[in-house]
Amino acid sequence: MLELKNVSKVYSPGTVNEHMLFRHFDLTVPDGQFISVVGSNGSGKTSMLNLICGSIPLDEGQIIVNGQDITRMKEHKRYRTIGRVYQNPAMGTCGNMTLLENMAMADNKNRPYNITRGVDRRRADTYREMLAELGLGLEDKMNVPVGSLSGGQRQAVALLMSTLTPIEFLILDEHTAALDPKTAEIIMQLTGRIVAEKKLTTLMVTHNLRYALEYGDRLLMMHEGRIVMDHAGAEKQALKLDDILGKFNEISIECGN
Amino acid sequence: MNVLIGILEEGLIYAILALGVLITYRVLDFPDLTVDSSFPLGAAVSAVLTVKGMNPLLTLVIAALAGGVAGLVTGIIHVKFKVRDLLSGIIVMTGLYSINLRIAGRANLPFFNMDTLFDNPFVDGFPAALRPWSKVIVVFVIVLAVKVLLDLFMNTKAGFLLRAVGDNRAVVTTLACDDGLVKIEGLVIANMLVALSGAVMAQKNRVFEISMGTGSMVFGLAAVIIGVNIFKNRQKVNSSTAAIVGSIIYKACVAIALSLGLMPQDLKLITAVLFLIILVLSGMKKKKVKFDA
Repeated sequence: MLELKNVSKVYSPGTVNEHMLFRHFDLTVPDGQFISVVGSNGSGKTSMLNLICGSIPLDEGQIIVNGQDITRMKEHKRYRTIGRVYQNPAMGTCGNMTLLENMAMADNKNRPYNITRGVDRRRADTYREMLAELGLGLEDKMNVPVGSLSGGQRQAVALLMSTLTPIEFLILDEHTAALDPKTAEIIMQLTGRIVAEKKLTTLMVTHNLRYALEYGDRLLMMHEGRIVMDHAGAEKQALKLDDILGKFNEISIECGN
Repeated sequence: MNVLIGILEEGLIYAILALGVLITYRVLDFPDLTVDSSFPLGAAVSAVLTVKGMNPLLTLVIAALAGGVAGLVTGIIHVKFKVRDLLSGIIVMTGLYSINLRIAGRANLPFFNMDTLFDNPFVDGFPAALRPWSKVIVVFVIVLAVKVLLDLFMNTKAGFLLRAVGDNRAVVTTLACDDGLVKIEGLVIANMLVALSGAVMAQKNRVFEISMGTGSMVFGLAAVIIGVNIFKNRQKVNSSTAAIVGSIIYKACVAIALSLGLMPQDLKLITAVLFLIILVLSGMKKKKVKFDA
């Protein structure tokens, strides 16, 4: 279980641009829940993910994982139980290293990075099978630098890498936003499959309302650091695109757009 | 022939330095100016210990360790105190100047009457035909050993992480590793190689000089950039080989410039101008290469 308790975050404190994004923000994510998060630009979606992962510090409040307070825990330590995929496909892989090297490196997460062989040849076939399942032709590119793959291929690799070892939480930060519609579809299907198979507690930020409806068992809409819409379970399944769009328009009018 | 031998001797000695610069500049993407002082640091340590009667080969090991400490300090300043990369190197470079003087006791420490790495009973046993090449052979063995070890290391799990941190820090972090530590580790290894290079140079010239490190960063960069550009389109040649060849070519260019009538005091100017020419020719592009092996 992941809990954000009474979290406050101020940007540019002490300047004219001072902006309090989160004011006593609370969120509880039960184990195994798949949450889709939507909201306009600047509503705090990505900031929320960054706070959870420790990429940015919070000013007040607590972040609690399975009863343990991780508010002061360093970012890299939090990733022991968190997998993360970014919007930019280049962020999740090392472009100068081969596909095989990237996979092998990710496969070693939470184990020591010592001076034993970087690639375990016995695992190479497993990687190849996993890549073949994607149907993107990646199984033939094991020894190609990842930098020469397409954005969609890189993102698929990034998603595989982030979930290769056992993790509890999967953080998806608009991970299909930079892809063409067809590739985005493939990545989303892969995401749904991995989350279901590994029973991951998932937070997915997306601008694609259809994906937000179609995937996940809870939907959050954020606006100016607040949750303005929160539906889970059957309530979420009953949601229609128009319901979300309506709410979206409502908050936009509030902003004077 | 003597010119060729001279080029190979110095080119290979500086190749060890170039391998160090390869790690910081190409793999870590860190412009590390510590190099200018860790090179003479290695020379000072090796010279002092040789004067004290230590086995020259053993002095190389200790010199490398000293270089590692210099890299460690630069790394800590950069990672823990969040000082910019260039400035971290400059701070350590400046401070090390005094430390090098302290270690050697003076600005110039010759050791003409001792056995050295290149002049000892073992090397004296080489067949007469090989004698003129003895230094080249000894350095070549060292360079080869360093290169093989480095290539092997780059293909270990730790090596993967080192390559990843210069490539994409975010990946290292999401793999639950401290990217700062990995950076420090890279700086340690790089400066170990640089100090080793300085120590070998001191052994060859039988002298430590405080100014011998000036321009070594530029030399290393030039060697790496030349090598990488020459072998840009050859997948078979890995970047460590490229750096070694680049170092020899650069030394040859300097030798040619000197033979055209320039004086030894023009050496640093030649080094700098040649580096500029190389930068311009390579299109000022700072493209990172894959460290393959």
